[in-house]
Amino acid sequence: MLFKSHGGVHPNDKKAPANEAAITTIPQPAQVVIPMSQHIGAPCSPLVAVGDEVKLGQKIGEASAPVSAPVHASVSGKVVAIAPHLNSLGNMVNSVVIENDFKDTPADTMVPAPAEALESPEQIAAIVREAGIVGMGGATFPTAFKITSGWGKVDTVIINGAECEPYINSDYRTMVEHPEELLKGIQLIMKACKVDKAYFGIELNKKFAIDLLNFKGAKEMGIEIVPLKCQYPQGAEKTLIKTVTDREVPPGGLPAAVGCNVFNTFTAYSVYRACYEGWPAIERVVTVSGSAIAEPKNVKVRVGTSMEWVFEQTGGFAKEPWKIIMGGPMMGMAQYDMTVPCAKGTASLLAFAEDEDRTVADPVCIRCGQCIDACPMNLQPIYMYMYQQKGDVDMLQKLNILDCVECGSCSYICPGRLHLTHAFKTGKAMVQARQAELKAKAEAEKAKAEAAEKKEDK
Amino acid sequence: MNEERKLIVSSSPHIRTPRGTQQIMLDVIIALLPALVAAVIFFGIKPLIVTAVSVVSCEVFEIGYRKLLKKGDSYTDLSAVVTGMLLAYCLPYTFPWWAVIIGAFFSIVLVKQLFGGLGKNIWNPALAGRAFLLISYAVLMTTWIEADAPDAATFATPLASLHAGNLAPDSIWNMFIGNIGGSFGEVSALALLLGGAWLVYRKVISLRIPVAYIGTVAVLTLIFSRGNNHFMWMLQNVLSGGLLLGAIFMATDYCTSPVTPNGQLIFGVGCGLLTVLIRYFGGYPEGVSFAILIMNCCTWLIDQHTAPRRFGVVGKRSKKEGAK
Repeated sequence: MLFKSHGGVHPNDKKAPANEAAITTIPQPAQVVIPMSQHIGAPCSPLVAVGDEVKLGQKIGEASAPVSAPVHASVSGKVVAIAPHLNSLGNMVNSVVIENDFKDTPADTMVPAPAEALESPEQIAAIVREAGIVGMGGATFPTAFKITSGWGKVDTVIINGAECEPYINSDYRTMVEHPEELLKGIQLIMKACKVDKAYFGIELNKKFAIDLLNFKGAKEMGIEIVPLKCQYPQGAEKTLIKTVTDREVPPGGLPAAVGCNVFNTFTAYSVYRACYEGWPAIERVVTVSGSAIAEPKNVKVRVGTSMEWVFEQTGGFAKEPWKIIMGGPMMGMAQYDMTVPCAKGTASLLAFAEDEDRTVADPVCIRCGQCIDACPMNLQPIYMYMYQQKGDVDMLQKLNILDCVECGSCSYICPGRLHLTHAFKTGKAMVQARQAELKAKAEAEKAKAEAAEKKEDK
Repeated sequence: MNEERKLIVSSSPHIRTPRGTQQIMLDVIIALLPALVAAVIFFGIKPLIVTAVSVVSCEVFEIGYRKLLKKGDSYTDLSAVVTGMLLAYCLPYTFPWWAVIIGAFFSIVLVKQLFGGLGKNIWNPALAGRAFLLISYAVLMTTWIEADAPDAATFATPLASLHAGNLAPDSIWNMFIGNIGGSFGEVSALALLLGGAWLVYRKVISLRIPVAYIGTVAVLTLIFSRGNNHFMWMLQNVLSGGLLLGAIFMATDYCTSPVTPNGQLIFGVGCGLLTVLIRYFGGYPEGVSFAILIMNCCTWLIDQHTAPRRFGVVGKRSKKEGAK
């Protein structure tokens, strides 16, 4: 019952050998750096001061805005600094630095929720919000807001287990090692969203997980496992909705516009932990892999642990790293500073050696049109690139550049090695700047006209 | 500490397909080889020499031009080799070497490089070169000498018979394997189809343009057939002349054909229509090269009007939502 989706590419999934590696725990670092913004939306303000003793799981940052998620201490210890620190997006973000006392003294709030609370959608949403859960696939949209804003609109819940990015195995290992918890988490999400049916889309390269979850009684819980074709970007939200339900999210719209809400696998698992174990989002399974890595692994990492520490504790590098990526190879962010901390949405840390490089000094478009075939959004990357290079904002708008989801398929497939995705990120910014400019102008004119009208009235 | 190397920071994606321009061109070259083998079988060693002269001169002009104008080296992309092979393939094997070089110059320098090089030319360089040679050296281009008769006994190609309104005397089998007169790279339908299958298998081209092109020619010649044997007329039209070489290798040339799926279908149908029109009513017996060259001019226009449907605007449900 899969529906046709457009575009896509087939990179070597490189899941092996880390897909067979059980999740292990690495020693905790002496210090964690916890950014006050690990989500889309309003950044948090620190609730602690330098010198304060904090406990494991204690809330240390909060914002009152609806689109936001609180942050918690991922270790117990002492706050030694509150200062801006570089994050994975390359921004300086206000961060709380905690010196680890290695005691893991839990906060009083780290207790399972009472059973009756788990019967009410409102209360589950409140627990999810309090636990600081965000979209763990990397988009980091606050989950509680996604749930509550979908009430009355959403009739279908989709759990995203595509994990279509090469190398990453953190969702797969979670499915294999915590199938029951995961299914319970999905049930909680269904309850919170007020629906009784969920689709769990899993790519066929995770056959073992598909069979296991079916064996564990997914069907009886109202969860239908949907085996998906291995194709990038199968796990892109709009593409996944199209494949599973044949609905197309309108341009600029949210999935709720077509009655869908999509949650990542690890998000569902985090919901389970928050509700049944009282654990907020302070721990993440991270796949450490790439051609420069000695031994690919899946490890549990506390939020705020520096990349440097994770690489060190997982066996280090076999070759000199040339590029370090937080996230997948298709959409992840290249890092230049090893002190950048892992956050809630960090699914993988990749280190590539130089031989991965295929960029050329002088990229030439040969008009092969493969970018058009690959684009999941039915765009025309070849022409968008042309007009972006010319700086023609009107044409970029006409070609619907804002629909671009930056999945990277066009750049991946381009034989001329053009920097397409990069150009579209810049192009989108150009269009948005123009739109903001026009809006400001229109508002100024409106204000002027109103002022003139008032004068006439007098 | 000071010898610590810096990490590379760049926009995602961080991996790219192993298949670059060079690999694609190499696939095209491989796909062109069966036709060369067939030519050697039917015409002897001479087609090989013509091809060699054409390829070498195309590469020399390509490298020379870019050196002269201090542009980056582009010979590694192998596109000039492809042009050289295609140009040679649409010549008679008796074509003199000096004229081949003139054709190569026209193709590479005037048609390709002056427009900006790979990916920026408007017309297919090999076809434009052929058209140029056909107009400039009409006699040399249309003198077909039978391979078995070295005493320069000329004979008519199937296409010439068709142009005169008669079925060609050649058997369909001979036309299929290539045991007929004509430009040496065009004669063997079998070899060209093999090459086409390789290109489709390797995903270098899609079937859209070749099928639309050949299909249009087949349908039109079947409907408007001359003589009594309609089917034979259609089959001979499809197998003769440069149709298969044109439809599989020339009309699918990336930079001179549309990039949108629907655009490619329109392009193929247009090529077929023009080919039949020229074959039926034109002065030349063959219409493939001019048909493709004319359609090349429309590529931009076709692309502009065949943009793929925007994601999320036609679906039943999303349409309803969008209207709100």
